[in-house]
Amino acid sequence: MLEVKNLKTQIDTNEGIVQAVDGVSFTVRAGETLGIVGESGSGKSVLANSIMQLNPNPPTFYPEGEILFEGSNLLKLSEKQLRKIRGNEIGMIFQDPMSSLNPVFKVGAQLVEAILTHQKMSRKDAKALAIELLKDVGIPDAERRMDDYPHHFSGGMRQRVLIAIALAGNPKLLIADEPTTALDVTIQAQILELMKGIQKKYGTAIILISHDLGVISQMAEKVLVMYSGRIVEKGSVNDIFYRTSMPYTWSLLRSLPRLDGVEHERLISIEGQPPNLVSPPKGCNFHPRCPFATEKCLEIDPELMPRKEGHWVACILTEQEFEAEKQRLESADREEVL
Amino acid sequence: MLQYTIRRLFSIIPVMLIVSVIVFLIVHLTPGNPAYLILGEDSSPEAIAQLEKQLGLDKSMAVQFVDWIKNILMGDLGQSIYSSEPVIQVIMERVGPTFSLMITAMSLTLIIAIPTAVFIVWRRNTILDPLFTSASLLGASIPEFWFAMLLVLGLGVAVPIFPVAGYVAIDVGLGDWIYHLILPAFVLASVEIGLIARMLRDGMLESVNQDYTKTARAKGVRESVVLMKHVLSNALIPTTTVIGVMIAGLLGGTVIIETIFTIPGIGQLLIDSIHRRDYPVIQGVVLFIAVVYVFVNLLIDLLYAFLDPRIRYD
Repeated sequence: MLEVKNLKTQIDTNEGIVQAVDGVSFTVRAGETLGIVGESGSGKSVLANSIMQLNPNPPTFYPEGEILFEGSNLLKLSEKQLRKIRGNEIGMIFQDPMSSLNPVFKVGAQLVEAILTHQKMSRKDAKALAIELLKDVGIPDAERRMDDYPHHFSGGMRQRVLIAIALAGNPKLLIADEPTTALDVTIQAQILELMKGIQKKYGTAIILISHDLGVISQMAEKVLVMYSGRIVEKGSVNDIFYRTSMPYTWSLLRSLPRLDGVEHERLISIEGQPPNLVSPPKGCNFHPRCPFATEKCLEIDPELMPRKEGHWVACILTEQEFEAEKQRLESADREEVL
Repeated sequence: MLQYTIRRLFSIIPVMLIVSVIVFLIVHLTPGNPAYLILGEDSSPEAIAQLEKQLGLDKSMAVQFVDWIKNILMGDLGQSIYSSEPVIQVIMERVGPTFSLMITAMSLTLIIAIPTAVFIVWRRNTILDPLFTSASLLGASIPEFWFAMLLVLGLGVAVPIFPVAGYVAIDVGLGDWIYHLILPAFVLASVEIGLIARMLRDGMLESVNQDYTKTARAKGVRESVVLMKHVLSNALIPTTTVIGVMIAGLLGGTVIIETIFTIPGIGQLLIDSIHRRDYPVIQGVVLFIAVVYVFVNLLIDLLYAFLDPRIRYD
């Protein structure tokens, strides 16, 4: 349904051109959930916003690539054609529910606007539909709450309203950019449940962007791991979490706090900062921070290559080399604990 | 809201009291003697003393002040020394032209400033934006009296499209009324247009990349609606404060503009009364301007609650 091919997104900044998304390709099939993980600054949000071209333009440009949605290239559509996709075929939810609703309009009016933008119906019918949608996303006393302003709602409730807005056009694809990051854990679980329920009910495909590996493992069937604007590993959720084949993904997983007995003195972090995207390091982008790095990594910029059926990895290490080094590092971790 | 309004109305009392003390002191401490001015330079000291007594100017300042306040509370602003008419009547005769001028100037300002700001923000990445910034700065720095003269020379004398001076009451003819007001109102507006448009532009640019704007775009709302509805409505909130100050500025501006265009308004009345040392009228006019100012500010505060639902006064 959605096929992204070699997408490049550039941001023109004062320091130079940033390759925020650098040759990313993936597909999303109807009804499935694709998870995208990565650190802050890895380009996942820019990627999410690129699909419907919601990045501020300028300074953001899309010099290369295709975003095929049901056959048509979204990057080639006119603004008018694109508007027919936005909120109608593809819905989007954002990170911060506290600032994503317009503070000066009633919640009902913002939802009705989403409905009337794409559907021809009377204001009265739109209102009735809006109330239905609010009930659908679990807002109690929906009828009365239509006339409330965003500041009358809690964060979790606002995110529900935003989901209702995203669902107003009955979209085939829902892009959720860190939908639970700004919420506390119990509310997170509720919002994720809600999204799962919606997917089941309407068969909506979901692109879920998160830096939270737990959220991704719970929700996604396929996972992309992003680093400095590129995909460094992609595969099924089991490939990524149980058959990790890439040092960066392994480092991410290693930095998770563990509750299963093995107790570390300190949490393990990935040393250093994500690279400067104006002038990325030579060779592999991850090599300055990579515990597996060898001399060769300074020279060779690895491409994303298939390792097994559906499991792609961007690393020059072979499976055997990676496994051997991984064993060594993990036993070193254990020793440190003892 | 009602409670807040009532509370605000009561809070006007101390403000007005302070204003009246200042007004009284300014008028009475400035040199110059009305009796002397009325009777002329050759009058005898006895005659002046007698007239001062008649006008109550021989009493101590404290007594004069208390008398004045007492009369105001009973709705009497006193009598003009110059024309012997009640001050209230004198002011009311002059209110029409001044308010006409202010309302026209304000409408002109908003009609020009709001679309300009929206247009500039819509074309925010073009050369128009820096051009606009310089233009608004220029507009705000041009002295009113100079710009007025220029317009009169240009559009009144060289190419006589508009009348150079005068005022026609609205009940005489709506067309004639507006025709005589356009030039002076435009001069008054020229300073404010740049200021308001600049304020709005800044507010809109801040709002244009906010999360809620992105939500609106993600809904598929067209960019013009995003700007005029979602962005403008948020940018108007801070701008409203400036509009409140602007109205006060207009009242001050009318003093100059009414003199240049010989419009028989409050501003001209004030200037004339100062020349005549007509104490009761000066006091009355300044007090009147203060009342208008305080009420405009109250209105702006109430308008806030309407524009920004997060503000509720209870």
